[in-house]
Amino acid sequence: MTDLKPVPVPNADTQAFWDACNEDRLLFQTCKDCGHTQFYPRVVCVSCESRNLKWHDSAKLGTVHSYTIVQRAPSPAFKADAPYLLALIDLDEGFRMMVNILNCPTDAATIGMKVHIVFEDREGQKVPQAAPLN
Amino acid sequence: MPKHAVISGVHNTKVGSVPDSTVMSLHSEAAFGAIADAGLKLSDIDGVLCAYAITETYPMLSSAFCEYVGVAPNFNAGLHGGGATAAMMAMQATALVRNGDCRHVLCVAGENRLTGMTRDKAVAALAEFGHPQFEQPYGVNIPAAYALVAQRYLHETGATLEHLAALAVLHRTHAAMHPDAHMTEAITLDDVANARTISDPLRFLDCCLISDGGAAFIVSAGETAGDMKKSNPAILGAGQGHTHEHILAAPSLTSFGCKMSSATAFGKAGVTTSDIDVAAIYDSFTITLLIELESIGFYEKGEAGEAALRGELTHGGKMPCNTHGGLLSFGHSGAAGGMFHIVEAVRQLRGEADIRQVPDANLAFVHGDGGILSAHCSMILGNI
Repeated sequence: MTDLKPVPVPNADTQAFWDACNEDRLLFQTCKDCGHTQFYPRVVCVSCESRNLKWHDSAKLGTVHSYTIVQRAPSPAFKADAPYLLALIDLDEGFRMMVNILNCPTDAATIGMKVHIVFEDREGQKVPQAAPLN
Repeated sequence: MPKHAVISGVHNTKVGSVPDSTVMSLHSEAAFGAIADAGLKLSDIDGVLCAYAITETYPMLSSAFCEYVGVAPNFNAGLHGGGATAAMMAMQATALVRNGDCRHVLCVAGENRLTGMTRDKAVAALAEFGHPQFEQPYGVNIPAAYALVAQRYLHETGATLEHLAALAVLHRTHAAMHPDAHMTEAITLDDVANARTISDPLRFLDCCLISDGGAAFIVSAGETAGDMKKSNPAILGAGQGHTHEHILAAPSLTSFGCKMSSATAFGKAGVTTSDIDVAAIYDSFTITLLIELESIGFYEKGEAGEAALRGELTHGGKMPCNTHGGLLSFGHSGAAGGMFHIVEAVRQLRGEADIRQVPDANLAFVHGDGGILSAHCSMILGNI
């Protein structure tokens, strides 16, 4: 069993997203036909069936929708981090992501807390994470 | 219109630690138990539905099971709906018998999840459910995903940790009344409060068990009901609701597809929540059941926990729920976990629930959910 945290493996749907992460940019999609905003990246608009999607750069600012303090890690790779913060955050552009909240005491996290996206390097692939805004 | 399909046989194996059991031995014991309960022979079975297993993996589990016991049905398939699978099987089997494709469909599941794999392997297997690119890199597991739901639910409703604990205690009380249950030692609200936190706010006793065990039931064509050994509850209505697989994509963290699945089931059966005598609702975590009781409409948002504390969900209360002890205390063996709920509902309707019997139980509500409150299937069973 590996002690390395999972590294995302981009596919054709997500290559642009993960390439942008490596430049500290956070991409999301909107539909050119109906304007719907969506995350994670895919080839179809979940609102109107359109295949006509456009990438945008996020301002990387968001709000904690919910969080938990994980005490029991799912794999050896996360054991050293436990307890750690896992959260669903709503980006200001109107999409939701799962992240860890870094640089934050576990007892300081709250629903409604403002965060910004930071990037964590995993074996040469950067992954988006969150940190408290102030 | 064809007659309502009926559930003609049910069985559960011993649940908990079942040494020397295998995926296939548990399937077999459960299947033959249900066949005997129905007064049938294996050769009467002309449809087979299986689920999935993680202890031993088969690309086509349902075919492997048919091979193992020696049956060649007219229809055979596997279903993958997590904890909703058992109820989905009942719905699929109903379609098969009402369409005339089969007369007796065997629905079976079982796994030796407790003794067949190490605890670390079980925990790791349950971490693989997350989205490979957008969830797994963050160290999410199933309790953590449900904890995200629980944290938001407590925030929105003002419900308390004691409300969650009330459900843990309720299930243990019920399991103590069942001879096959995994965990029967009494617990108190304080025990739940003092249990170690798994993923805040969920504590160890808010989480379901990991058990060995198997279950089976047989769905038969309504036209056969007069030939059967016992009185057989009818499947009066069923429905499904699907909103997401991954929790990051759930439209809401406090309202789920159970709202749609139950509305469809109640509509088809022509009954309402207030008509239900006994319920068997998926309880992978205390928060799961709390939210489902409210989303389905048995209680207003934020009120199910108080109702549990008042004793409304146990014998003598308004609607006894999970009288077998549920996943929290009877046991959880993969897809068999949600099947135990169906087995108990049928026993209640037949008057076979022994000291757990709810007097005059004639209408039951059964609900399963899979994933992170992702896939839902509801069903109304009744004596007609």
